[in-house]
Amino acid sequence: MSEEKLSGAELVVRSLEYMNISTIFGLPGGAILPAYDPLYDSPIRHILARHEQGSGHMAEGYAQATGELGVVIATSGPGATNLITPLTNALMDSTPLLAITGQVASEAIGNDAFQEAYTVGLTMAATKHNYLITSAEEIPQVLLEAKHIATTGRPGPVLVDIPKDILNQKVEWIEPKLIEMPGYKPTLEPNPKMINQAAELIKQSKKPILYVGGGIIHSKANQELFELATKFKIPVVTTLMGRGAFPDGNELCFEMPGMHGNYTATTSIQKSDLLIAIGVRFDDRVTANPKFFAQNAKVIHADIDPAEIGKIREPEVPIVGDAKSVITGLIEKLADTDLNTSDWLDELNQMKKEYPLSYNQEEKGPLKVPFVLEELQKLADDDAIVVSGVGQHQMWISQHWNFTSPNTWLNSGGLGTMGYSLPAAIGAKAAYPDRQILALDGDGCFQMTCQELITASTENIPIKIVVFNNGNHGMVRQWQKIFYKNRFSASELTHHTPDYVALAESMGATGLRMIEKSDVKKVFEKMLEIDDKPVLVECIVDPEDMVFPMVPAGGSNDVVILNEDDLKKL
Amino acid sequence: MSERILSVLVEDKPGVLARVASTISRRGFNINSLAVGPTNIEGRSKMTIVTELESVEQVKKQLNKLINVIKIVELDPDNTIESEVLLLKVSINKDTQTSVIEKASLSGAKSVDVGQDYAVFEMTGSSKDLDKLENLLKPFGIIEMIRGGRIAIQTKL
Repeated sequence: MSEEKLSGAELVVRSLEYMNISTIFGLPGGAILPAYDPLYDSPIRHILARHEQGSGHMAEGYAQATGELGVVIATSGPGATNLITPLTNALMDSTPLLAITGQVASEAIGNDAFQEAYTVGLTMAATKHNYLITSAEEIPQVLLEAKHIATTGRPGPVLVDIPKDILNQKVEWIEPKLIEMPGYKPTLEPNPKMINQAAELIKQSKKPILYVGGGIIHSKANQELFELATKFKIPVVTTLMGRGAFPDGNELCFEMPGMHGNYTATTSIQKSDLLIAIGVRFDDRVTANPKFFAQNAKVIHADIDPAEIGKIREPEVPIVGDAKSVITGLIEKLADTDLNTSDWLDELNQMKKEYPLSYNQEEKGPLKVPFVLEELQKLADDDAIVVSGVGQHQMWISQHWNFTSPNTWLNSGGLGTMGYSLPAAIGAKAAYPDRQILALDGDGCFQMTCQELITASTENIPIKIVVFNNGNHGMVRQWQKIFYKNRFSASELTHHTPDYVALAESMGATGLRMIEKSDVKKVFEKMLEIDDKPVLVECIVDPEDMVFPMVPAGGSNDVVILNEDDLKKL
Repeated sequence: MSERILSVLVEDKPGVLARVASTISRRGFNINSLAVGPTNIEGRSKMTIVTELESVEQVKKQLNKLINVIKIVELDPDNTIESEVLLLKVSINKDTQTSVIEKASLSGAKSVDVGQDYAVFEMTGSSKDLDKLENLLKPFGIIEMIRGGRIAIQTKL
């Protein structure tokens, strides 16, 4: 019996249903219009963003919160070019993303047609892989392949560009099947020899550190990591992308190292004799100048992406494999080794006591972000998901929020994309309607994508937004203070415009404001009470506040600037 | 610095050359030569990339991340046959004609077109031999020269 013929557009929607995609984010337009027609009848929930960049970050937030594929759909030309930032962001942070874009009709390609852009060319360096569909029959197969590439190995974004005439072409549905791709075979199982060598180094080590990142979260290896660390008493530092991979508050957790990491985490690496680096990429925000990074340490580097190994630091033991398998292998090999790290842990704990993170919230003084964060965490649910923008507030959240489980901290780590927070929070809330989703943003970041607040209201996605309003691009201002003699060139935004409360109300959300210490608790209580629509809290904070500790870019992690007085060291 | 030769087997798909070239330029790798053409296997092309980078490991790893790249082999220079094709158009006149053609043919080049005031030579050989021919004919005035990029194959199985 021959099946009835379907249009390319129907194949797109049917393929998404076939792959169990329940929610997609997007914005229609000419070339993609055929695909929006069958979507009208589909059980798939489509969330209509106000800008394609927003839709891309929503899909990222969805993917980062769930660990599953996020899907975004856009039209040709400007629709596709507006996706380049979220695609690059997803590439940097290894987020599994599928972008489907419309393209002008096949015969018009290359003619500078209306809303034509060379999407495949433009996104070549912004994706893990991309496709231009040349006939409708390919659609189910390519979409399945795209999902496979996006979600396996080192996850990342994949884009599928489909010309409009092909969306209208009628063909039969052919059930897609994953066939072997000769050039794509991620290594999941580590080489046992390398695991042996790693275990030997660990046994000889007196000052080991587990330096772990986003790879643990992608691999869902947090329980294995917990076992490895606690069984052998190995201290752990978690990178910005790895916050939550190991629970803060555990006696072995020393939290984030690097440019704005805490003193003990950064220094522990400098004093360590063995870095057990898993699912990390020796990012410059962690290493500062790599020449001076962990000079006393041997390095075991495990990553699923072979290109990360030796890129910045040549390890003594390279391991290619999935974090979960690597850690399981290490636990087995170490068996009942007694590492005796107690002197090392004493040293670190002493350091932690001597150099704690600190802030000074005066009773009548302006609000300080760390204080506000700690007050919020006291009231928020344990499984709340925190979604950050980029800059000072992001660093303060990473420093002061207690992350106890993976996928509860979403941020733009690698690319540092301001404007990420609000749309990504919408994506996370679409995935988990029953959980508290807290978009904690700066005023500069918020102004970049704030129109998505309308999306949150109209799509009934009641997220909570806190805008830390210091009237400035805070991190830019901080650098201008330190490195540019207080010449505040183009970093001032003003506290008063826009009126955030009025802005929120005009966009269908509730707007609240906190100015003084005595406001904090009651305003947050009110914010958390409201669950039928988005709430925005404007939190007016001190523009003079700076994030410390700090290791200036390109410096050595041996010289940690602890506070304003310490700046004299520079 | 010594040269390193990579033999890259790729899927013969649209855009694969652009992907490889884009990866190379994106990562700031310098290359001396890149040649691409079909192989004996259907649907597979081979690229020969010559670079002077001290460490080709990063190049190999980054290229290997491309979905359409199947296999990368670094060729051992001691067991590699290398070849390149060249077309060269040189000025001649009555006085120089004989000497130019003689010099070229002694170098192993074949004259493929001789006019009143020009001659075109074709030559296949190692890039060093092609360099020699170029230097030899330079004094007569090279009008145009084009080289096809170096290709290489391992001599052992």
